[in-house]
Amino acid sequence: MHMNWFKYSSPQTFYPLAGKMIPWFFWAASLLCAVGLYVSFAIAPTDFQQGEAYRIIFVHVPAAWMSMFIYLVMAGWAAMGLALNARLSAMMAQALAPTGAMFTLLALVTGSLWGKPMWGTWWVWDARLTSELILLFLYLGFIALQSSIDDPRRADRAGALLALVGVVNVPIIYFSVKWWNTLHQGSTINMGVAPKMAATMLIGMLLMALAFWMYSVAVALMRVRCIMLERERSSDWVKALSAKGGK
Amino acid sequence: MNQTWLTVLRRDLLLALRRRSDIATTLFFFVIVSSLFPLGIGPEPAVLSSIAPGVLWVAALLAGMISLSRLFAADFADGSLEQMLLAPQPLAWLVSAKIFAHWLVCGLPVVLLAPLIGLQYALPNDALLVLVYSLLLGTPTLSLIGAIGAALTLGVRGSGLLVALLVLPLYIPTLIFGAGAVAASQHGMSAEAHLSLLAAVSLLSLVLAPLATAAALRISVE
Repeated sequence: MHMNWFKYSSPQTFYPLAGKMIPWFFWAASLLCAVGLYVSFAIAPTDFQQGEAYRIIFVHVPAAWMSMFIYLVMAGWAAMGLALNARLSAMMAQALAPTGAMFTLLALVTGSLWGKPMWGTWWVWDARLTSELILLFLYLGFIALQSSIDDPRRADRAGALLALVGVVNVPIIYFSVKWWNTLHQGSTINMGVAPKMAATMLIGMLLMALAFWMYSVAVALMRVRCIMLERERSSDWVKALSAKGGK
Repeated sequence: MNQTWLTVLRRDLLLALRRRSDIATTLFFFVIVSSLFPLGIGPEPAVLSSIAPGVLWVAALLAGMISLSRLFAADFADGSLEQMLLAPQPLAWLVSAKIFAHWLVCGLPVVLLAPLIGLQYALPNDALLVLVYSLLLGTPTLSLIGAIGAALTLGVRGSGLLVALLVLPLYIPTLIFGAGAVAASQHGMSAEAHLSLLAAVSLLSLVLAPLATAAALRISVE
């Protein structure tokens, strides 16, 4: 069977496809979020050590997972854009960055909200918190670089290179922060969730992670549609589209 | 090929010598930043020597960073950068000579001056020695990683601040291992582990950073 893998790599063909996909991902996200929240707030048992406040992890942990996962996906798109010289890949990387930064911030905020009742302090220079903060800096650097270069082609490629440099550095940063942390403070605070976590807790967390994932896809597709229109505003298909009333 | 490398190095050093105030600015910046901390925190030697590794390393980081915008800007403005892009020699090779020149001009003076500032922070002698070692191993990384940021922001508006945003997060491992080495020797532990890791980061960036910088220059100049 012959398939043209590159059919949807041009903005003109991808724009309507993305428009058709967005509602599906949004529905999946809302459904998974509803079930996930029900499981995490109504079914999952109260933690005997941490009480009810532990339930923040149902938002916190999936947000932290997504923040790292989106950076990898973003760098993947960036690499593909550089290697294949595909415009759409670079646009996808650009569209993913704000969502990734948002999840990083969400993970940090929920982390400190959880830290206050658990550790008695809003912020601890814990290895995971610190590397999450640095991840936020990396996202902001990517966004700042892209938005300060006027030529979109150069902005794409410069951003892609920065994302790749960041990906090489992320493990180095993570381990350096981890070793720094163990050197400076003993393991008095064990951030890990209790080792034998109830199965319902894990299910709730996974459902929320899936919901966040679907939400990220939907939002990235919406954003990439805007970017496509903005970049291609002088092309024929965008003009035809706007003549039809944007359908 | 070695000849070209030496020529680029010699040229950059000569240009730096003709504009000595540039070197002086970096050094003064390092001295002033590290002199501000005792004024803000207080003159107790115990406090100062405990914050010294971090403060001196952060000051070295910032001093290396403010000089980054000069790395390619002048060559970009007068067109010699384009000639380097067109040259038959690999761009990464030529760029590595420029980065080495930048380190000789902006990194090495800081390394040599650091023990003097360390004395003001009441650092013991063996910690001073480790400070010099760690800076000697770590500051090349700052120039190497910084060159990527400088190349990416070449000719971009507000590039000075942008470089800080791009490069400082990538400096974190160097800061941790460098300041950690000094702190370890202060606490009577061996600094060897930190210094080895610092050298590992340096070697990794020595291999990868010129390639990334060359790619970034091609993106920026085209």
